[in-house]
Amino acid sequence: MMKFLQILTIKPWLAPSVEMSPPNISAIVIDETADNSGPGKTALKFFLAIVTLLFFLITITFLSRSQYPDFHALAGEPWLPFTKPIQLWINSSCLLLASISLQIAVSLAKQNKTKSTEALVLLASLCSIFFVLGQIIVWQQLSQAGFYVYSDPANSYFYLYTGLHGLHLLGGLVALFLVSYQFFQQKKPLNVSKNLSLCALYWHYLLLIWLFLFALLTATPDTYKTIALICGF
Amino acid sequence: MYIAIADQVDDSAHPKGFLYKYIWSQDHKVIAIQYSITAILVGLVALVLSGLMRLQLGFPDSFSFIDPSSYLQFVTMHGMIMVIYLLTALLLGGFGNYLIPLMIGARDMVFPFLNMLSFWTYLLSVVVLMASFFVIGGPTGAGWTLYPPASILEGSPGANNGIVLMLISLAIFIVAFTMGGLNYVTTVLQARTKGMTLMHMPLTIWGIFVATILGLLAFPALLVSAIMMLFDKLIGTSFFMPAILSLGDTVNYSGGSPILFQHLFWFFGHPEVYIVALPAFGMVSDVIATHARKNIFGYRMMVWAIVAIGGLSFVVWAHHMYVSGMNPYFGFFFATTTLIIAVPTAIKVYNWILTLWRGNIHLTIPMLFAIGFIFTFTHGGLTGLFLGNVVVDLPLSDTYFVVAHFHMVMGVSPIMVLFAALYHWYPKITGKMLNTSLGKVHFWGTFLGTYAIYLPMHYLGFLGVPRRYFAMGDTDFIPQSAQNLNAGITIAAIIVGLFQLIFIFNAIWSLFKGKPAGDNPWQATTLEWQTSKTPPGHGNWGEELPTVYRWAYDYSVPGVKDDFIPQNIPQDKVIMLESNTSMGKENV
Repeated sequence: MMKFLQILTIKPWLAPSVEMSPPNISAIVIDETADNSGPGKTALKFFLAIVTLLFFLITITFLSRSQYPDFHALAGEPWLPFTKPIQLWINSSCLLLASISLQIAVSLAKQNKTKSTEALVLLASLCSIFFVLGQIIVWQQLSQAGFYVYSDPANSYFYLYTGLHGLHLLGGLVALFLVSYQFFQQKKPLNVSKNLSLCALYWHYLLLIWLFLFALLTATPDTYKTIALICGF
Repeated sequence: MYIAIADQVDDSAHPKGFLYKYIWSQDHKVIAIQYSITAILVGLVALVLSGLMRLQLGFPDSFSFIDPSSYLQFVTMHGMIMVIYLLTALLLGGFGNYLIPLMIGARDMVFPFLNMLSFWTYLLSVVVLMASFFVIGGPTGAGWTLYPPASILEGSPGANNGIVLMLISLAIFIVAFTMGGLNYVTTVLQARTKGMTLMHMPLTIWGIFVATILGLLAFPALLVSAIMMLFDKLIGTSFFMPAILSLGDTVNYSGGSPILFQHLFWFFGHPEVYIVALPAFGMVSDVIATHARKNIFGYRMMVWAIVAIGGLSFVVWAHHMYVSGMNPYFGFFFATTTLIIAVPTAIKVYNWILTLWRGNIHLTIPMLFAIGFIFTFTHGGLTGLFLGNVVVDLPLSDTYFVVAHFHMVMGVSPIMVLFAALYHWYPKITGKMLNTSLGKVHFWGTFLGTYAIYLPMHYLGFLGVPRRYFAMGDTDFIPQSAQNLNAGITIAAIIVGLFQLIFIFNAIWSLFKGKPAGDNPWQATTLEWQTSKTPPGHGNWGEELPTVYRWAYDYSVPGVKDDFIPQNIPQDKVIMLESNTSMGKENV
């Protein structure tokens, strides 16, 4: 940020001196994009900002809606489904495992260890698919217990949050599939490890979001009340 | 190390065959033209819709095919198409795509495939939107703000299929915009050529860059509200829907908050104003500097203003909701931020005028439209100061004063810039000049015509004439003269609409019969005018990328022979005047 503000103070109209022609051109330009991250990482950073905002905005509406009298939290009493959310813990472990596998796969890909990388990417993909299937199982359990998507705003938010999060993960799986395909073709191993590291970053981020959602959606009414109070709702 | 793409040699395979060159093209210029043509066509539909609305308002009960429902549908579709599917798409998808790589010295966008995908997804969103005209019940008539509960309850036109298609179309559009937007920001940050520092970028790119960031951060709010409203409509959740009677019957909703939707909508809706305005600000700055042969006044301040407006645009949204009711302290806060945002905006207006001051003004068609913009934007901006204040807004809200205000500031003004930009860059896009005489007729008809439409609307607003009404009926406070004014506005609107045909004719005629433009007909400094071919070929720059040695506004530099120095000319290649050769190095 400071760097950006510094850039904004430059006076570009000041005429460059004669000596500043090539090959000394580097003398007059300022290295503003010095993180060497490449377009993929820049785009991913912006995309993660968008994803954050998406979930942030839903959370704002969630906290506001949680203070209405018809909102009944899904945890806090023994008969409520998320007082002991065993299936959610299993799902979370799957996503955590996927995230860890991808991180290890990235370091192995950098060392050009193809076989182990392949295995770990496969493991990560399977764990992610298990996570999504696990979430669908939770949906089924909820609806079998009478917690339909429309019957309470707390239920609606659970389905909405998990649905959107699942869609983001499925989108990530498509990207991971494309990267893996490149990797198996062994066309540009260096680029592939870079792209794989972007996938890993995305997975870590989705894991982070899921952990936040997990905590939020299994909280008790008192917790909502406290958060809403702090936020001024 | 600058840049990933800029340092690369042109290893892109040139597409062959009509299909890959013009349909499934990944070339940013072709995608820009695809975006622009789609946006203009859908914009023409919206123009016709506004004509139909005006016929009803100007001559009530004269047209049997316009009933109250269809009138509301025309209003809704006109608004949504113009704001999202025309202005956003044309300014960012069209001009953003065309100008970013050319102005920063890149060969293409950094993700060309994603860019192509962005256009086809945008087209899909337009097709879904247009499909709503043909479904049972027709398109939604909920007003472009789509406020629940009315928008999804029986009684509103298009409350079933229409609103669902609208929400789906918006969601698809947002996906398309996100793909395009990620491309634009990444290209600006990562693919600038050597020497093209951020502060060497033309203001057009600054405007597009910041507007894209606004779009990326604002559209999620619309996406969230669209998804949640779809849940309410299709699954029966109660995110936004309160317990309510619909046509005398209870419906299965309870406890939801319509105000929540308004907050989400306007958290997107207000930055949207600047998503449209900032690219326009940037482009008009470049047009004015080029055609006044003078460096832009206060370049740094212009950049700061763009960034400041971008930041502030996220903290003013609730000024659209004064009549919805809010804590008085919030009203005070949002009124204050609204007035604060007028400061950087006013700085920009002053700087445009000071750029013109003692400039060598060439009254070309782009310049006429640019000067026209300064008038209409100042006008629309000043009425914004009225509406930004809570106590003044309350009586004026939902009247024609608001219609006049936002059409001046975000309808006419961006359109003036769009025309300035089209006349300015058409020679680069096609290699042909547009006809000047037709252009002048088009400008004066449009400029004076839009004033004839919107100036009287302010008076209608002061009288209390409400917006969105199909017919006024008999009221005590609206005199007959208001109806006469309405009829006059309608005639002016139809004439202005017809004047646009002149432009379309000019654009098509000039494509075949226009005067050849050459590479740099306006003698401009920015990089897009320095390509070796016009229109630029695939890859833009031939073998070698340009190197930038100066900012974008070296016009009329004292002691230099020509009145402009292109950005890619090094200091030792600048031709000095004879009398100055002793002071500097003379070179060819």
